[in-house]
Amino acid sequence: MSFRRLALFTLAVIAIAGPAAYAATSLSTAGGRYTINPAGSSIRFSIGKAGGGSLDGAFARFTGNIRVDNADADRSEVNITIMPASVDTGQGRIDAFLRSDAVFDADNDPEIRFRSTSVRRTGETTATITGNLTARGKTSPEKFQAELKSFGSGTIIFRVTGRVLRSRYGMDVGTPIYSNVVEFDMTLSGRRS
Amino acid sequence: MAFLIRNTQTRYGWIAILLHWLIGLLFIGQIALGLAMVRVTSQRTAFELIQLHKSFGLLLLGLILLRLGWRLANVMPRLPAKTGLLERRTASAAHFALYALQLLLPLTGWALVSASVLEIPTMPFDLFVMPNLPVAVSDAGEAWWRAAHAYLAYAAVVLVAVHVLAALRHHFRLGDTVLIRMILPSRQRDDTEPE
Repeated sequence: MSFRRLALFTLAVIAIAGPAAYAATSLSTAGGRYTINPAGSSIRFSIGKAGGGSLDGAFARFTGNIRVDNADADRSEVNITIMPASVDTGQGRIDAFLRSDAVFDADNDPEIRFRSTSVRRTGETTATITGNLTARGKTSPEKFQAELKSFGSGTIIFRVTGRVLRSRYGMDVGTPIYSNVVEFDMTLSGRRS
Repeated sequence: MAFLIRNTQTRYGWIAILLHWLIGLLFIGQIALGLAMVRVTSQRTAFELIQLHKSFGLLLLGLILLRLGWRLANVMPRLPAKTGLLERRTASAAHFALYALQLLLPLTGWALVSASVLEIPTMPFDLFVMPNLPVAVSDAGEAWWRAAHAYLAYAAVVLVAVHVLAALRHHFRLGDTVLIRMILPSRQRDDTEPE
């Protein structure tokens, strides 16, 4: 084999096998249990306003864990607990309103919980997470889309998005001035535990 | 008697009467609602009452503009002939002030909502989005308009009370038709001509 042909062959092998090898690596080694690290994570939300614009905010305090099942990705799990008292929209008066019994009633219901019931892979790095969301004593099934953003050295990062109807949790105050749909955009950074 | 639409020298027509009582009722209701909405403990109820107050305020603004137009396009029934000059001037000044308040209260309310950094959209009766007034958006601006709105409302409470007492005085003490003619335009004793 001439040097030229060897070089071409090598390039071809890298081009074909490279991505597959990477995917295989990420799948076979990503398995395990992760604790969500608030430092690298964020839970942001956006509620559309009548006439345009939106009310945007984030939760500063939350805990959770992710279990990635090696053998059967569909058996993976996600559990998140959000402390609604930590809501932050950049406007103290709006935060106080959201924490009050008009919305979260954070004093009496200090936690919003999500427990996954199933994880369905939809692509090489994407999955649909279905689970039960509990807020203010009401539980309702919700669906989120997850995408694996990065994985390496014991840290896994997902971007998770989804739409939740707040009326299901007795938080429909302000509709239709503020949309009933809350759009979540989360970055969940897990550290292998 | 024909169905009296327009005012005459001695009587109010139905349009003026209807606008007077409709606006009077809504105006007093708005003051009560305004006082209540900032005092309720439930934040949810407060939010909903404030949106209702905004809706009725803009409805009132529309009605008041109609009323001012109608007022300018109609004659005013004369006061009873025996009314003194000072009383005539006082009545005229009080009515001018009442019109000014009817206009300024919804406008300052609209301005305070427009100046608020909370940027809560105004949706009268959930029907459509009302644009904001072009005022500077800041905490200080909102506070200024809020104070103006509140002080004008307190002034309105005083003036409405004076207005009601004056009407009752005309009816019970002076025994003239000043109150009655704002209730019914029907044919009645005319006390606006000198005896």
